[in-house]
Amino acid sequence: MVIPSKKFKPTPFMFPMLCKACGRCIESCPQHCIEEGTEVDPVTGLTPVVVDLEHCNYCGLCLEACPEPKGLMPLPRGLDTNDMVLSDPFTFFDEERDRRPTPETVPDERVPLPALEPMVLKGTHASAIGAVLGGCRHFFGYPITPSTEGAELMANLLPDLGGFFVQAVSEVATANMLYGCAGAGQRSMTFTSSPGFSLMLEGISYMIGAELPAVFVNVMRGGPGLGNVGPEQGDIKLVCRGLGHGNTHALVLAPASPQEMLDLTMEAFDLAFRYRNPVIVVGDGYLGQIAGRVTLPDHLVKPGLPSWAVYGDAAHRGNLHTSILLNEPDLEAHNRHLNDKYRRISEEQQRWDAHQTEDAEWLIVACNTPARMAQGAVKELRERGIKVGLFRPVSLWPFPVDGLTEALARKPRVVVVEAGSGQLEDELRMALSRRGLAPPRIDHVQRLGGVLPQQREIVDRVAALAEEVVS
Amino acid sequence: MTGVFYERFTRHSHGEGLKGLSTHYCAGCGHGLIHKYLAESITELGIEDRTVAISPVGCAVFMYYYLDVGNTQAAHGRAPAVGLGHKLANPNSVVVSYQGDGDLASIGLAEIMQATQLGIPMTFIFINNAIYGMTGGQMAPTSLMEQRTTTSPSGRGRMEGGPMRMAEIVAQLDGPMYIERCALYDNKQRVRAHKAIKKALTLQMEGRGLSFIEILSECPTHWHMTPVESEQWVKETMTAVFPLGVKKDEAREPWFHPDPPRFDAEHVVDTIGVPKREPTRYGAGFPTHMDELEVGVKFAGSGGDGAQTIAAFLNKAAINEGFDSTYIPSYGPESRGGTSYADIRMAVGEVLSPSCPEPHALIAFNPMSLEKFGPAVRPGGVIVYDSTVIPEPPSFDTSVKVIGVPCTEAAMDIGKRLIKNIVALGAFVAATEILPAEALLSVMEDKLGADCTMLAMNTEAFNRGMAAAGTSPGTVGR
Repeated sequence: MVIPSKKFKPTPFMFPMLCKACGRCIESCPQHCIEEGTEVDPVTGLTPVVVDLEHCNYCGLCLEACPEPKGLMPLPRGLDTNDMVLSDPFTFFDEERDRRPTPETVPDERVPLPALEPMVLKGTHASAIGAVLGGCRHFFGYPITPSTEGAELMANLLPDLGGFFVQAVSEVATANMLYGCAGAGQRSMTFTSSPGFSLMLEGISYMIGAELPAVFVNVMRGGPGLGNVGPEQGDIKLVCRGLGHGNTHALVLAPASPQEMLDLTMEAFDLAFRYRNPVIVVGDGYLGQIAGRVTLPDHLVKPGLPSWAVYGDAAHRGNLHTSILLNEPDLEAHNRHLNDKYRRISEEQQRWDAHQTEDAEWLIVACNTPARMAQGAVKELRERGIKVGLFRPVSLWPFPVDGLTEALARKPRVVVVEAGSGQLEDELRMALSRRGLAPPRIDHVQRLGGVLPQQREIVDRVAALAEEVVS
Repeated sequence: MTGVFYERFTRHSHGEGLKGLSTHYCAGCGHGLIHKYLAESITELGIEDRTVAISPVGCAVFMYYYLDVGNTQAAHGRAPAVGLGHKLANPNSVVVSYQGDGDLASIGLAEIMQATQLGIPMTFIFINNAIYGMTGGQMAPTSLMEQRTTTSPSGRGRMEGGPMRMAEIVAQLDGPMYIERCALYDNKQRVRAHKAIKKALTLQMEGRGLSFIEILSECPTHWHMTPVESEQWVKETMTAVFPLGVKKDEAREPWFHPDPPRFDAEHVVDTIGVPKREPTRYGAGFPTHMDELEVGVKFAGSGGDGAQTIAAFLNKAAINEGFDSTYIPSYGPESRGGTSYADIRMAVGEVLSPSCPEPHALIAFNPMSLEKFGPAVRPGGVIVYDSTVIPEPPSFDTSVKVIGVPCTEAAMDIGKRLIKNIVALGAFVAATEILPAEALLSVMEDKLGADCTMLAMNTEAFNRGMAAAGTSPGTVGR
């Protein structure tokens, strides 16, 4: 004879104040033990259902029918209904049981590399290799000229490194895949170019709100709209002032050579995780394509796992990533916290390169490839006896106003060189203005439409200005 | 029968009062039941620690108030993308993307189609209540014809199109292995919904595949019905448009067990292709006969001419010789047929301006390129052009050495038209003596590697070019 196993027969129980009186349980009960209530609950003002256990066959169907997590529930073993009726749900459901120890942060490791031969790499490839050495094993992206070679190299490298390359359905999806991957505490990145970056702004705003780190490499091209695939710096406003909706900022790094594409992309991951914020690396189309000698670093990064990750394991189970804070004081406090972070980044991450600025009577300000052109111009102009220096912001946000103030100490005339219509100049002006400093007279060399200002144009412009001053 | 719910919902208005113990859902709403089946299934399968739940935008935006698992809240419609990010970050995690009809079937259509098409083991729970609940009763992509909502006040009509049957649409894709549409209106349906969710999680847990569970769910508030009427409406009206049942159920073996990421130095260095040894130098020094400090070369042709390839060779060779060199390509977005230019600048010190508006030398593959860039070549410079393609070149500054080489003809003679660029490179090297021929040949050899036939052909092309430009052929010196 087979003895059937004794199945747990639940006795339904409910704290009346936790019943919303939807009545689903009423029709679920084959024994008709449950009725609509008539008595108003003093806490909720609703009329909870009434359960009569006399005919209950303990089938449990009412429990499956109650939508409230703490509504109809099985009477705990060892307790009877009377005990439960007397108990207070606020003590019965004990918040202490939710508490978990805060997970430990697993620190990143620096794995030493032997002395390596230099490589000849184009900017996007240098950036991709920087990402790999910086510990990135997850790439999400959508192909767009002139950034695609970076994605293609990642598609080649990552499968052999136990990583993942995902060609996303769009840049919108890309940014949100980064949100998820970063949420799990992993180092992830994308390559894109201007029109694609526009589409990523939604995800970037959410990432900043939820304090999630990832690296976005934007190889800027001619705009607006589809524009063209030539080099431009027309996204400076966007990356410095317009990262999606709300109170957003991100550290923006502007390399000027394939070497810096590697170095800054690699470091961008450390910075993103240090500040729990996206980091944007902006290049121009030229910089993405230009190939040159690149020296490799002396280490690679083996990332740890931050305590805040939603990794999908026991240690991190209590974590949450969200950007919604309905309660106004909570959201205001969160924004103040973000502002503190922005202030910290502003203080700690101003980066610049000052070239022959000590005695300069003319100060050229330029970043990315135009800064290289400008450096050539400085050399040429100095040969002609014009004292010119170059101030190259390496961080565009925060604008390196400390370095700029230093470079402006001798009151040189300023010439801003950019492939754009004054977006870099606006950053400079705003930085000075926030410092309480009146901007000096600013002249400029600007090219638009997928064209970079050339060395010749810079030389001619500064020489002409110098001539004006003399005469 | 206890689900993985928090004891106290402390994220719900700081857990104050009743909010710490009850959901934010209206009476009769289906979300609470689905949360419960999800929570119970997670407990039954013992995957509390592995689960990552993605809360959507919509009424379930606060699912993370309740489920005691790893939680991430996503932007509207993006839960599949966010979930995929989580899944690939930790393939051992069990990711549940929980979405409503506006989220999944409208704003997030691209994301759900891609995620389900990929078929990576994940679990999608789609709550279809034919209305926008959170924003106050607007038309959903799943609203029924003639259904009145605040944005279809006289009933959904022809202009609004028909309801989206997502379970059937997703079932068209190869990616998912299990798709079922369930409901909540009676005991039987509720048990089926619970089972479907549990099965979907199991298939993911085992690394078998992706599941998509659509659940027809009541929204008494915005349907302006009682909870009981709502159940009746699902049963009688909604199911007529959205038939219940299994839409797809394939057997698949477990397959998703990716290797962990690697960070060991040797393997990484090998993978990124760091050169194993210092390159040989063949030359004595910088081509000062061209310029003391910095030499610029322009390559110009159409896409497919191979201008980029030989530019990259020259750049690499110059760097191997110990100079700074940059290569900047510029071509139209088309892969073939568009213009294709490249600038090389090599310098004793650092190359500053990578472009060559006034090159020391030009290689031109077609008349247009020659006409465009020829006049910019510096006095005393060199122009090499393909005389097969350009039989009658224009005249240039008399100080410029202009050399026509029948590159295409020579290449066809060797048997491969495509290698006309290598003929041109050989001629250019001979004409300019910019670098030793061996420096270029060794880069070419590195690039072609083991492909002996190609290497032999290319070497011959190079030598033909050199000979045509009037010097002795080069050899690989090793």
